[in-house]
Amino acid sequence: MTSSKMKVLGVSLAALIAVGCSSTSTTDSQSQAEAEAAAAAAAAQAEADRRAAAEAAARAEARALEVEKNSLETVFYFAFDESALSAETRAALDAMAAYLKKTDGAIRLEGHADERGSREYNMALGERRAKAVANYLSIQGVDRSRFDIISYGEERPAMMGHSEGSWSKNRRAEVKL
Amino acid sequence: MRYLLLCFCVFMSSVVRAELTIEITQGQDNPVSIAVVPFSNEAAELTEDIHGIVMADLYRSGRFAPLPAYDMLSQPHTAAEVFFNEWRAVSVEYVLIGRIANDGFGRIRTNVELFDVLRQSKILEYSADGGVLEQRDIAHAVSDAVFEKLTGMPGAFSTKIAYVSGKNEFSATSVSYNNRLMIADVDGARERQLLESSQPILSPSWSPDAKKIAYVSFEDGRPAIYIYDLATNVRQKVTAFPGLNSAPAWSPDGRYLAMVLSKSGNPDIYVLDLESRQLRQMTRHYGIDTEPSWLPDGSALVFTSDRAGQPQIYQVDMATGYEERLTFDGNYNARARVLLDGSGIVLIHRSEGYSDYHIALQNIARGTIKVLTATVLDESPTVAPNGSTVLYATRDGGRGILAAVSVDGNVKYNIPSSARDVREPAWSPYIADHKFFLKK
Repeated sequence: MTSSKMKVLGVSLAALIAVGCSSTSTTDSQSQAEAEAAAAAAAAQAEADRRAAAEAAARAEARALEVEKNSLETVFYFAFDESALSAETRAALDAMAAYLKKTDGAIRLEGHADERGSREYNMALGERRAKAVANYLSIQGVDRSRFDIISYGEERPAMMGHSEGSWSKNRRAEVKL
Repeated sequence: MRYLLLCFCVFMSSVVRAELTIEITQGQDNPVSIAVVPFSNEAAELTEDIHGIVMADLYRSGRFAPLPAYDMLSQPHTAAEVFFNEWRAVSVEYVLIGRIANDGFGRIRTNVELFDVLRQSKILEYSADGGVLEQRDIAHAVSDAVFEKLTGMPGAFSTKIAYVSGKNEFSATSVSYNNRLMIADVDGARERQLLESSQPILSPSWSPDAKKIAYVSFEDGRPAIYIYDLATNVRQKVTAFPGLNSAPAWSPDGRYLAMVLSKSGNPDIYVLDLESRQLRQMTRHYGIDTEPSWLPDGSALVFTSDRAGQPQIYQVDMATGYEERLTFDGNYNARARVLLDGSGIVLIHRSEGYSDYHIALQNIARGTIKVLTATVLDESPTVAPNGSTVLYATRDGGRGILAAVSVDGNVKYNIPSSARDVREPAWSPYIADHKFFLKK
């Protein structure tokens, strides 16, 4: 904004100097030059305004996307030994997919299990949960090749307790945005 | 009271040496009464309590009730000093005496003699020797010899365990993880750290010659299977396919590594030829197939699959690929390990209508399941090479610990760790050469 104003000021100043130094015999060419300068200034102003508006719109859009991102659920919970997505999870993943389709780049999906049962079976279960999320998102139109899936099984609990209160929070898939 | 005091003595003898300790929680109903008489010592280099280690070994097996030293009417060191009526008077069935000496070449030698009190005869003479660093090996060799003489079964006191220890620290704002791959003597002494990582470490598996350990590590951010050479301390990455690289299991002949890969979309059992590097896919099912364990003759693999809706144990034949289901009792059967005589499998078992996870033994021929443990979050069973005992991971007071149970379910002991969660035990095979364990 400031630099474009400076440009306009510069052009006007040049025109004034031209007027002061000229003789009467060159009046016609002088007025033509003034008109051209004014037109150029107007065009520059218009271009600057258009650009500024586009930048503001992009910023607003980025802000909106950021707000949208921050409003998303990124952790999805599962029943014991299950990888089926609940109705709440599906609704949350619809919003996630809508957001992801406006972005590009890799999407990391982490699968987890609670501590019960065997560790390597839980590793496989965690992978299945992360893949269930990936499958749902890809059906909603998110490019499957963007997914980076890793299972941690029961190795990275979100909560350290040893009862259902913690287990229900540890049986999860996380989308890392 | 006598029992308690002895328990305390045995406990103290190991607690000062190791981060892992032993606590017997249940012994056999009628253990064999044995007097392990304090050994005489003429070796100035002696720094370990060889006599105490032998007594602790025999006690921990649950099959023996060692007589406390203060109940001994005499403490003989030679055969001529053994008076059988003295031992009959305190109801002792067997007497073990021993002498420790320097052999004159810088090696410590222990000579022991074992007597049958009822028959009034010497039934074993045994000697073991080793360097200063091998004092515990000497003691365990003595224990193995005595155990075999009295039970007819080879002792497994000279074996090792591999395990993972971990410490997760939860604060209000973050969680930090620390994991270590460890080996130790089977009594918890002489711990040695092989690897430390903030990333998960899982599934240590011994090579049949006990010189290498295969395991899973996420140290590159993704799961990969590695082989650690205990003699050279060199690690080699074996597989790092996209997806799971999991549950390595060495074949009995040491040539193959069974494993779980999900590179084709879901977890299946594969077998890698460690020489040719050829990979053979053993199962093809859209369910989870994982946790392979070899039959002792290498002819088949048992594995966990949820193809019927819940985890159950299956078997796949190496030659024909024929698959059959082995477990039908219970709604969660996983992580099976085959007994070395092939007669049964130990596994994680949850009974119909219950929520607890126990270690159980399934007889393969009869199909019957016997629950061995009473704790509730049991996992990762591993069997001693003599088939006597199952080591497993469980929880005790919020901490992950190792615990052991005899295959008949009669003897139980805990191996709690002082500061860290301990899990994923793997009991080594018999060890022909202990020398390379002394290297750091």
